Amino acid sequence: MQKRNDGGASFAATTPMQPGSAKPDPILIADQITRQFGGLTAVNVDHLEIQRGSITALIGPNGAGKTTFFNLLTGYDAPNSGTWSFNGLPLNGIPPHKVARLGMVRTFQLTKALYRLTVIENMALGARGQKGESVLKSVFPWIWRAQEAEIRIKATSILKNFKLLEKQDDFAAALSGGQRKLLEMARALMVEPEMVMLDEPMAGVNPALKQSLLEHIKELRTEGKTVLFVEHDMDMVHEISDWVIVMAQGEIIAEGTPASVMGNQQVIEAYLGAHHDLDLSEKEGA
Amino acid sequence: MDFLFIIQQTLGATIGVNTIIFALAAIGLNMHFGYTGLLNFGQAGFLAIGAYSVAVPVISFGVPLWVAFIIGIGNSILFALLLGVPTLRLRADYLAIVTIAAAEIVRQIARSATFNEWLGGSDGITGKFGKDFFDLNPFKEGLETPILRFNANDLWVVITGWILVAIIIFVMWLMVNSPWGRLMRAIREDEDAVRSLGKNVYLYKMQSLIIGGVIGSIGGFVYALSRQSVQPDNYGTALTFFAYTVLILGGAARVFSPIVGAMIFWFLIVFIEQVLREAVTNNVIPDWLIGVNQVGQIRFMLMGIGLMCLMIFRPQGIFGDKKELALDAKA
Ligand SMILES: Nc1ncnc2c1ncn2[C@@H]1O[C@H](COP(=O)(O)OP(=O)(O)OP(=O)(O)O)[C@@H](O)[C@H]1O
Ligand SMILES: [Mg+2]
Repeated sequence: MQKRNDGGASFAATTPMQPGSAKPDPILIADQITRQFGGLTAVNVDHLEIQRGSITALIGPNGAGKTTFFNLLTGYDAPNSGTWSFNGLPLNGIPPHKVARLGMVRTFQLTKALYRLTVIENMALGARGQKGESVLKSVFPWIWRAQEAEIRIKATSILKNFKLLEKQDDFAAALSGGQRKLLEMARALMVEPEMVMLDEPMAGVNPALKQSLLEHIKELRTEGKTVLFVEHDMDMVHEISDWVIVMAQGEIIAEGTPASVMGNQQVIEAYLGAHHDLDLSEKEGA
Repeated sequence: MDFLFIIQQTLGATIGVNTIIFALAAIGLNMHFGYTGLLNFGQAGFLAIGAYSVAVPVISFGVPLWVAFIIGIGNSILFALLLGVPTLRLRADYLAIVTIAAAEIVRQIARSATFNEWLGGSDGITGKFGKDFFDLNPFKEGLETPILRFNANDLWVVITGWILVAIIIFVMWLMVNSPWGRLMRAIREDEDAVRSLGKNVYLYKMQSLIIGGVIGSIGGFVYALSRQSVQPDNYGTALTFFAYTVLILGGAARVFSPIVGAMIFWFLIVFIEQVLREAVTNNVIPDWLIGVNQVGQIRFMLMGIGLMCLMIFRPQGIFGDKKELALDAKA
């Protein structure tokens, strides 16, 4: 039986809607994370907690630092300062592949489908603990054949959900941009992550498919997984997220339920580019 | 013109020792470049290490030949680690630069006066270091047919060489068709994506570098044994680039392509040379156009033109899949 986790709904009601607010059961905690590119401070996050089992959206205008923050959290980039932990485990200096093995798996804004592998091969690659990936065992097919068959079964069932089953023997390069996005997300699920970090999963996906994708993301929450996703489509953010975090110019400027955040004056200004307002000078003074 | 002689020479070269050596060098590169996307421009260094590792221990230290083989494999693994540890975490181009330099360093060390006593300086090493191997030769006489001739020693080298190639190809076929091989191809496509799935890319690239390097050094064993000598200048950058030519001729990322590539490469070189030579000596081609001494250069020119045509009309190589090559343009 699957654990029904509605931590999402319940925590939102009791958590204060302010940047850096504490969550009842955080899976990810980040502190004092900064990342500079030359003179530009791309990320400057004081404190952030992500609630376990929730769907959290990370929004913000272009160049806000969302992707950079993802890169830092998943080990693809190193911060100038800061600490962060996943399930209580400090992640400083942990390389990307270990972060993924710990259960935090990401996708990329610029899709990284493996072009000259078929769709099913892309999927199978994601499976954990494959015996056949050991160089010595690889030459004895009977060692890994049964496991490979199981992996394929799992892969086809996920592909079916993502409407990619008919494409399973095509090269990933032959997919459309939207289909590649889907494939990347489906592949991430093969790793059986505890937390999925999706960088603009809906970009380029057609509306009909978007709807079914939303259902899949909700299903992940039902399975007890945590989802953190970056998205520009506010309707989608509204529809599925329990909690929204707003980033602008590297900082977290607001947190809260979708409804509260979208009415927030500071958020509206950030999106309209009114950076030189009184609000910002206050923030910088703080 | 003596057509029988042309056929004999060409056929002998097509399945001969050089084809085996270049096939092995290219099989190693296929692992590196074809399956993992590693740009190793120092394959000649691996062959040199293989060649010197069989000659030096036997001649200078009286070690049995089979021990020298093990030393050779060990040395090529060390060389791969030396190249890989600092570069495989960096962008792909660093490996290319480091390998091309390292292979030249190996050659320069080999021909330097400092180590003359063991490595023989620029003259290299000549001697009976292959005795243990040729003692096992069951053939008392060579092969003598109208279209194919090998002396007894060459016959032994060619037969054992092809058996070796067959074994290596078979093992490689098993590897690349396993989840391990899939992982390698995935690394070739996009390392970061593979990392995001929890795979230790660095470790796998190192495995590829070692395996391809060891196969190259086995090519070096054959090179040294077949000639009973090791000449440092045979292991220059030209060797690496010919090995790439062989690989691309056959079509990268196909298990058999290095063999076919090597056969075609040597077939063309020897065929063109023999035809030209016969034609010039028999005045079919007049002296003022091509002299006998120019044949050597002209065969490479023709070879170059042939390769250009191949790249224009069949860029995927003999075995490659054009559709797959087109996918390279990451649209
Ligand atoms: N490698 C880099 N070198 C220099 N500057 C960078 C680098 N990566 C990001 N930046 C800068 O950091 C800032 C944040 O970029 P980031 O990609 O994180 O934004 P984002 O919030 O993901 O935007 P978008 O919604 O457009 O994807 C930008 O101003 C960008 O120019
Ligand atoms: Mg981004």
